[in-house]
Amino acid sequence: MKRLAPYLLILPGGLWLLIFLVVPMVFMASVSTQEGDIINGFVQTFDFSVYGDALTRYQTQFLRSVGYGLVGTVVSIAMAYPVAYWIAFRGGSRKSTYLLLVLLPFFVSFVLRTVSWKFLLADDGLLLSPLKSMGLVAQDFHVLQTTVAVIGGLVYNYLPFMILPIYVALERIDPRVVEAAQDLYAARSQAFTKVVLPLSLPGVFAGVLMTFVPMTADYVNAGILGGPSNTMIGNIIQTEYLVNTDYPTAAALSFTLMAVMLVGIFAYARALGTENVLEAAAR
Amino acid sequence: MDPRSNPALLRGMTHSRSVTRRDALRLAGLSAAGLALAGCGIQGKKPAATPKKDAVTDFWTGKQRNGTLRFANWPLYIDKDGKKYPSLEMFTADTGIKVSYQEVIQEIPSFFGKIQPLLAAGNDIGHDLMVLTNGIHLGRAIQLDYLAPLDHSKLPNFAANAAQKVKNPPWDPGNAHTIPWTVGLTGIAYNPKYVDEVKSVEDLWNPKYKGKVGMMSDSEEIANFGLFALGVDPDTSTEADWRRAAERLQAQRDTGLVRKYYENDYVDALARGDVWITMAWSGDIFQQVAEGKDLKFVVPQEGGTIWTDNMCIPRTAQNPVDALTYMDYVYQPKIATILVEAINYITPVPATKDLVLADAAKQSGEDRTALEQLANSPMIYPSEADMARLRSYVTLDGAKEKAFESIFQPITQG
Amino acid sequence: MSTPEITRPRVPRVRFGERLLRGYVWLVIAWLFLPIVVMIVFGFNDTASKSNVTWQGFTLRWWGRLGDYPELVGAVVNSLKVALLATLITTVIGTLMGLALGRYRFRGQGATNLALFAAIASPELVMGASLLSLFVSAGVDTGFWTVVVAHVLFSLSFVAITVRARVIGLDRSVEEAARDLGASTWITFWRVTFPMILPGVVSGALLAFALSIDDFVITQFTSGAMETFPLWIWGATRIGIPPQVNILGTLIFAVGVVIAVVNTVTARRRT
Repeated sequence: MKRLAPYLLILPGGLWLLIFLVVPMVFMASVSTQEGDIINGFVQTFDFSVYGDALTRYQTQFLRSVGYGLVGTVVSIAMAYPVAYWIAFRGGSRKSTYLLLVLLPFFVSFVLRTVSWKFLLADDGLLLSPLKSMGLVAQDFHVLQTTVAVIGGLVYNYLPFMILPIYVALERIDPRVVEAAQDLYAARSQAFTKVVLPLSLPGVFAGVLMTFVPMTADYVNAGILGGPSNTMIGNIIQTEYLVNTDYPTAAALSFTLMAVMLVGIFAYARALGTENVLEAAAR
Repeated sequence: MDPRSNPALLRGMTHSRSVTRRDALRLAGLSAAGLALAGCGIQGKKPAATPKKDAVTDFWTGKQRNGTLRFANWPLYIDKDGKKYPSLEMFTADTGIKVSYQEVIQEIPSFFGKIQPLLAAGNDIGHDLMVLTNGIHLGRAIQLDYLAPLDHSKLPNFAANAAQKVKNPPWDPGNAHTIPWTVGLTGIAYNPKYVDEVKSVEDLWNPKYKGKVGMMSDSEEIANFGLFALGVDPDTSTEADWRRAAERLQAQRDTGLVRKYYENDYVDALARGDVWITMAWSGDIFQQVAEGKDLKFVVPQEGGTIWTDNMCIPRTAQNPVDALTYMDYVYQPKIATILVEAINYITPVPATKDLVLADAAKQSGEDRTALEQLANSPMIYPSEADMARLRSYVTLDGAKEKAFESIFQPITQG
Repeated sequence: MSTPEITRPRVPRVRFGERLLRGYVWLVIAWLFLPIVVMIVFGFNDTASKSNVTWQGFTLRWWGRLGDYPELVGAVVNSLKVALLATLITTVIGTLMGLALGRYRFRGQGATNLALFAAIASPELVMGASLLSLFVSAGVDTGFWTVVVAHVLFSLSFVAITVRARVIGLDRSVEEAARDLGASTWITFWRVTFPMILPGVVSGALLAFALSIDDFVITQFTSGAMETFPLWIWGATRIGIPPQVNILGTLIFAVGVVIAVVNTVTARRRT
């Protein structure tokens, strides 16, 4: 009984993951090497040329997405770190209140938040029209349908997933260690870079894990806030699946995207220790 | 009339007819791919594009009127008085056929996703009559032979009263499977505050409006406007024409004229001032104008696009004769008048215009103004000159569709 | 937390930096709330147009007309039902997994960890599309249940990992003491182990609920004809969002505020 216990405990969840995660992925791999169209049917041909074709056709969007994901992640770290730091070390007894403030906006639906930004940033909208009437910006100045709007939307929507893990890592640091460091090093900045920063890195890594992937694969922000030159690979995959019904191409792109993400993340986790990253991610 | 109680407005708010066309097939298609997945390849159905002559007889022989009709339509797409549907009650009184009216079509993709596997298996879908928009997706339904061939000897009102323009559409020759429920136009809408009078599609290429031009993201929609700009009729266009049209559209994009390739959200963008001039659907702009917005809608001199929401009978319908009876019934001018006054989209029955004006004469105040506005609106009753310039989407089948998409999609998906 | 002797010599500079930092934090918080405020305010907008984008004056009218869009209300109800059910299932099976992973060493542990990891690292889009392919090929009609299945899938990892972390941190000696005092395995679990891992379970459940109620991407693929709140809004973005959406968003936000506040207060009392 005792020996069986872990297997029994793992069984329901394990089956769930097997049936609904692993099996569909295998399916998708198979679809990516089929040929045909929706009227005439699809045939399994094991022709891998679709990967090459799809990637050549959409390399711009692929690279753009990874670029947006990277920039968005870096901006998120830069924005989130000071916030997490302040809450962890200066939050005092009201730490949880501040955390709550950071999290509360996310009870409002992702789509609704993004649409709200569209209102705010409109050409004659709440933010721009005062600036325009004061003559601070040109009449035809706009933010919507620019790269800035898309990356801004990405950062906005995923920032808490960066703040939280960093906060958790910082909060775990024993204050006495920080004090000792401040005694030891002459400058505060040194105490920070030599002690606090290294100790908080697992949190940063976990944050990267939780923001980079969804940012790169996002298509809602580009769809609502972006313009003709902001199309991301997520938009392409969505169109290929849902509009063109070119399933082999869609599956090949999805598979490539996932492979790139997984390999990247695994390499990254390997370098840092999977357990750490995962655990920090879960907090 | 309080615009908020305007059913067409409510309808516009609760769903978008155009989304449907754009996303056509989504889940439906995936169902088919599912089959592909399951069997590592599906046997495609090689379809007969137009039914053979005896197909009509074959289908209708032995079919009888059953006294019930299950009608699947979009929400707020019919006259409604409280919880009653007056025109449907008149139908029941006149024919004895009871109607179960089902507002189940929110979006063609999900609706089609639901019915497609049933149709493929030859099962009843729970509806005898449904309203689907023309485009790639309805084309596939016809190709896959999911729709009953219509017996036109039972459609005398359609023959007598339908506008010439909606008869015999290129995507369903001879109205073999469908007849229109309502009609809409794709033209140009603009804000006269910023834009001088628009007559030509060339205004969408006018450098003065750089960054303030809205285009549609749907390939079929922009293709038509690209072709109009070249002076080519979409109906007779060739692949070479498509490539030239795509070049013009690409140039429009590359010079920064296009703000965005919109779905239905172009209406908001126009209202908010993000764009000044944009491709637009007639019904949307009619509603905006009815609400007091200062916007203009034109069918460009080179041409505009006409599309239709169509009544059709699934092959597996249980009461096809009752459905056919209803399809003809709404082509009586008096019924069509009730419908157009409620729906505010273009009616396929031009004779309703005088009846709407007659109704207006009986009313007073705001109701009268609203009806007069309706009858005199070129967005509801396009002029002969406008009508002559209207074209359908390019008609596509399997292989052509792929070529078409590969030419036009890269423009909207840079 | 800082000792005055150490900080005093650097007080002026630190003060300035601190103030700057504090101002910055509030700025970020304000930025996070900006669109939410807009959403709430426009629920009171006296707009006549379907595009609720320009301020027309204050009205409470829309609050009385929440039922104008039965499909919208239905969509919110669907969202809540899916979220509750998915949270329940996820919490149960995720907790079991967390227990197994945190407490035992067994064959297949690495593979399980890997699968949990992959579930977090896969783009939602890919997950949704591949799930849909599965459902369709198995002849399963997509709708309520397929959405629940999908939501359990993407939140499972979060619950399992949260609980596992909690289990690893447990003081086993307490359980041993209980057993020494004659408690059965079952009683020990419910009376001793479970209360100790409860905070992990609760925070996992909250996370699962939040993920589910807000999910758009996977739901779009697996929902068939069913509408959820985010899907309805997505549909409406193309045609103009009625003020009722803002109000429902505000209400859900308010519920979130209440839950979060209660959670924080009780958590503070516990510690």
